[in-house]
Amino acid sequence: MDTFLWIVRVGAIILLIWGVAGTVVQGLSGQGPTGEAWRDLVVAGIAQGAMYGLIALGYSMVYGVLGFINFAHGEVFMSGGMVGFFVANYLWEVRLWETNFVLAILLVLLSSILTSTLVAVIVERIAYRPLRASPRLIPLITSIGISFFLQYTFAGLFGVAVKNYPPPPDSLRSRVSLLGLEIEGSKLLVIVVAVATMVGLYLFVEKTRTGRSIRAVAEDKEIAALMGIDVNRTIVATFAVGGAMAGVAGTLWALLFRGVSFITGFLPGIKAFTAAVLGGIGNLPGAMAGGVLLGLFEGVGPQLVLAGFGIPGVSQLKDVVAFTALVLVLIFKPTGLFGERLSAEDRA
Amino acid sequence: MPGWRGAEAMLEIGGLHKSFGGVHALAGVDLRVDEGEIVSVIGPNGAGKTSFFNVVTGLYPPDGGDIMFEGRSIVGLESSEITEAGIARTFQNVRLFLNMTVLENVMVAQHCRTRAGAFRAVLRTPFLRREEAEIETRAKETLAFFGTRLVGYRFDQPALSLSYANRRRLEIARAMATRPKLLLLDEPVAGMNPRETAELTGLIRKLREERGFTVVVIEHDMRVVRDVSDRVIVLDHGVKIAEGSYDDVSSNEAVIEAYLGGS
Repeated sequence: MDTFLWIVRVGAIILLIWGVAGTVVQGLSGQGPTGEAWRDLVVAGIAQGAMYGLIALGYSMVYGVLGFINFAHGEVFMSGGMVGFFVANYLWEVRLWETNFVLAILLVLLSSILTSTLVAVIVERIAYRPLRASPRLIPLITSIGISFFLQYTFAGLFGVAVKNYPPPPDSLRSRVSLLGLEIEGSKLLVIVVAVATMVGLYLFVEKTRTGRSIRAVAEDKEIAALMGIDVNRTIVATFAVGGAMAGVAGTLWALLFRGVSFITGFLPGIKAFTAAVLGGIGNLPGAMAGGVLLGLFEGVGPQLVLAGFGIPGVSQLKDVVAFTALVLVLIFKPTGLFGERLSAEDRA
Repeated sequence: MPGWRGAEAMLEIGGLHKSFGGVHALAGVDLRVDEGEIVSVIGPNGAGKTSFFNVVTGLYPPDGGDIMFEGRSIVGLESSEITEAGIARTFQNVRLFLNMTVLENVMVAQHCRTRAGAFRAVLRTPFLRREEAEIETRAKETLAFFGTRLVGYRFDQPALSLSYANRRRLEIARAMATRPKLLLLDEPVAGMNPRETAELTGLIRKLREERGFTVVVIEHDMRVVRDVSDRVIVLDHGVKIAEGSYDDVSSNEAVIEAYLGGS
């Protein structure tokens, strides 16, 4: 078994080097993408990764507190993006979208955050709280059920067609010069908002009273209760904060891709889960970093590694790269790149 | 025993039962603790001492019997509600929030005494800031109870970095921070060296004399039991087999038999 894993490791490294070398050779011979194209790939990767990071925080926080993966979290994200669409569409009809885009996008953001928070909290109350005492596998399976339930509820309510947000103003589509790099406005906005939100969350968890309760409950629910902390309320707060992060991500998704549908939560949800594992599940800075890294892997990876083998149409293979990255992390460092943050129960 | 059969008991337990799959951890325990007392609970391993703490603090519901705290039944309350009512405890195998700092461990235990909720916590209202400053001051003051061991640069160190004896001290500080009336200490000197044991023995007395806590302590170290207790309760196989002063109990036939494993 060990020999087998060893062969996989060496094989993975050889393939990685081979692919990169192939791409470098192509680059030197004048084929392959230009410098600007690489830059765009990196920026797009970081922007998408920052969004994954925001969703990953929800997985990581819930895992930290309750010890299971809430697979319905992708749908929490989707619900925010979906309701955000209706608000955006209304604002477009009343022409606020064009006349005051900043106010409009703030309203969309707010509605998205509210929806996602609400969905996350309701799901916790209805689906997970009654299962608090059951083995961890049971809420995990329930969350898969909730995931489908939410998807098809949204499909039933709003139809299965992809809903396109109104076009952003020209200022977001043009390029902004930053530190000598020409970056697309919307991507820059996404990165800035995501980073600001993550910093906000970090401060919330580390510096506020509710954050302190969340950390105490994550370490040991029994002791937290014995020290007078209202565990149920703290768990609700955790779901609410995770939901709010997903709500922000919902609006960022709209800025990046414009289209939302009932299935929108699925792939980003799985990717964000991957990002959380990549960074070390339960570890919040790890989830953020894991998200950005995953975005980079799938943004740059296909061009950098797969193109070296002469595979055509590599940009369509980004999901392969993303999930291969997950497999590789699990083989090389199963606790994630930045380590799991263990609770007292796990440590024992 | 003069004095302790006073008017109203702080903790009054009647017919307390708890079994775990056929094992009777508590088989009808009656006891009372009056305000201002230091009571030791002793007994051989498996006598039901820790089960007694676990049931009183709401970790497990009792199978039968009643627990009255200050004249009010606390059976069926959540652990956090029992803490709010005024009972705090420590653990035989120290259970701190190891990833949190020393100060945070003590601050988090005061949350049940604060009033600002999550909404204010996010908005950081002046009321909240004042309350936060207050619990921080109080946390520092509580930690100062243990001399210089847990103060200064230690405030911001993770509990993980503390020595074993300091972890035990921090756990007591954390329990004190919930502002209890009744403090339950589960083997507070277990694993400590003689010097640390002597120091902690003094502190247990100070918990009552300076802080006004009523204390129930589970202890195996008989010198500690002798030095701190007003009254000793002996449990064996989930029942109370003796009760009285240290001298009474230590010469009691049934107690000696329980410890020496007579037939």
